[in-house]
Amino acid sequence: MIPRFDRVERVAHWTTAALFGVLMLTGAVLYAGPFSAMFGRRELFRQVHVYAGILLPVPVLVALGGRWGSQLRRDVARINRWTRDDARWFRRRNRVRPGRLDTGKFNAGQKLNATFFAGAVVVMLATGLMLRWPSPFSNDLRTGATFVHDWFAFGIWVAVLGHIFFAIRDPIALGGMTRGGVTPYWARTERPAWYRELTGNTTERSATR
Amino acid sequence: MDGAPVGRRVFLGLLGVGAAGILWGSNVQRWLERQVGPYLAKDGTGLSGLLPIGRFRIYSVTGSMPHRGHDEYRLQVAGLVDRPLALSYGDLRTMPPAGLSRDFQCVTGWRVFDVKWKGVRLADVLDRAGVQPSAKALRFRSFDGTYTESLTLKQARRDDVLVAYELEGENLSDAHGGPVRLYVAPMYGYKSIKWLERIEVTDEVVPGYWENRGYDVDAWVGRSNNRDDSTT
Repeated sequence: MIPRFDRVERVAHWTTAALFGVLMLTGAVLYAGPFSAMFGRRELFRQVHVYAGILLPVPVLVALGGRWGSQLRRDVARINRWTRDDARWFRRRNRVRPGRLDTGKFNAGQKLNATFFAGAVVVMLATGLMLRWPSPFSNDLRTGATFVHDWFAFGIWVAVLGHIFFAIRDPIALGGMTRGGVTPYWARTERPAWYRELTGNTTERSATR
Repeated sequence: MDGAPVGRRVFLGLLGVGAAGILWGSNVQRWLERQVGPYLAKDGTGLSGLLPIGRFRIYSVTGSMPHRGHDEYRLQVAGLVDRPLALSYGDLRTMPPAGLSRDFQCVTGWRVFDVKWKGVRLADVLDRAGVQPSAKALRFRSFDGTYTESLTLKQARRDDVLVAYELEGENLSDAHGGPVRLYVAPMYGYKSIKWLERIEVTDEVVPGYWENRGYDVDAWVGRSNNRDDSTT
């Protein structure tokens, strides 16, 4: 097994995922008429939603901030940088097995996914705080915050379902986030640039090209 | 690390979209309600009801959606009145109708523009029962078994306070508080008690469900609950 995500990254991922689940379900109950009517108890759902929302950025910030977060910080730097092969990845018809791309630790879809969640969390948190404590804001800003919170929520539902869909389609990649490691074969074929980086083997590149 | 910092740009771009949405979202929202809203209203599947356009958020404080059919429905009027009433749905329908088109503002922030209501004036119902001179206020009760509301007699006699049975030209659905609810146009939505079952005329204001949980008893839109929404 080749180590892919360390314990800090996995704990941060799964606590964030759990909070996302709570927020998406309580959000659906608060938002959608049929669910609201089915469950009622608005005040309870509202409080759970608000507290889970405030906690949402905490796991990742704690993981990033400490001595223990060096690998996560390095992975964030990787996600930030896009290569020409990332642009090519988007043009491939089969993105799960695109083949012949010199992909690093993360493919372009994973980079986009992670970046979208980072931005969406900030936007949802800011607009959520405006909705919970609206008094400093004008009517129009409150309506704007509701507007943004609603439509970003739609985007998050799509992104989360897509994220889960792709994870299930690639159980070895999923294993990197559950058990922490992936098979050498997967690393060499799916993430060749990362594999070379880990093994120090520089001749591999021409072979996978 | 090689490659362009596209991640940072996408991240900052999202924050920009969010900020623009906060600043100008209300204009976009208004535009959507005008342009797209009428089409969504004709959608029979109900799926478009999930879109955040021209929609009420359905709130209830109990665990299930109350239902009462037109035939079994009664509106009780009791307390300090000369003639306690039990008005049927048909009784309400034969009283002189009153219509209103006003914005609906929720204390949690959302607003639905230009909502069409029809019902009877609460003042007419009170006159039919004959309010006694010692009366000062009203206490409303919902057949959800939990929710209550209050109004002063003076507030209740306003022309823009209805006992409503139609919304946008259709019978009030269960979700919107049907068959009969209160509609207090100048106040936040929580005053417009849904599934109205009983009106009790009292000699003092008894705070309602949310008012016992911190909301203002006099819930004028824009002048209460620390909010400054424009009036409806």
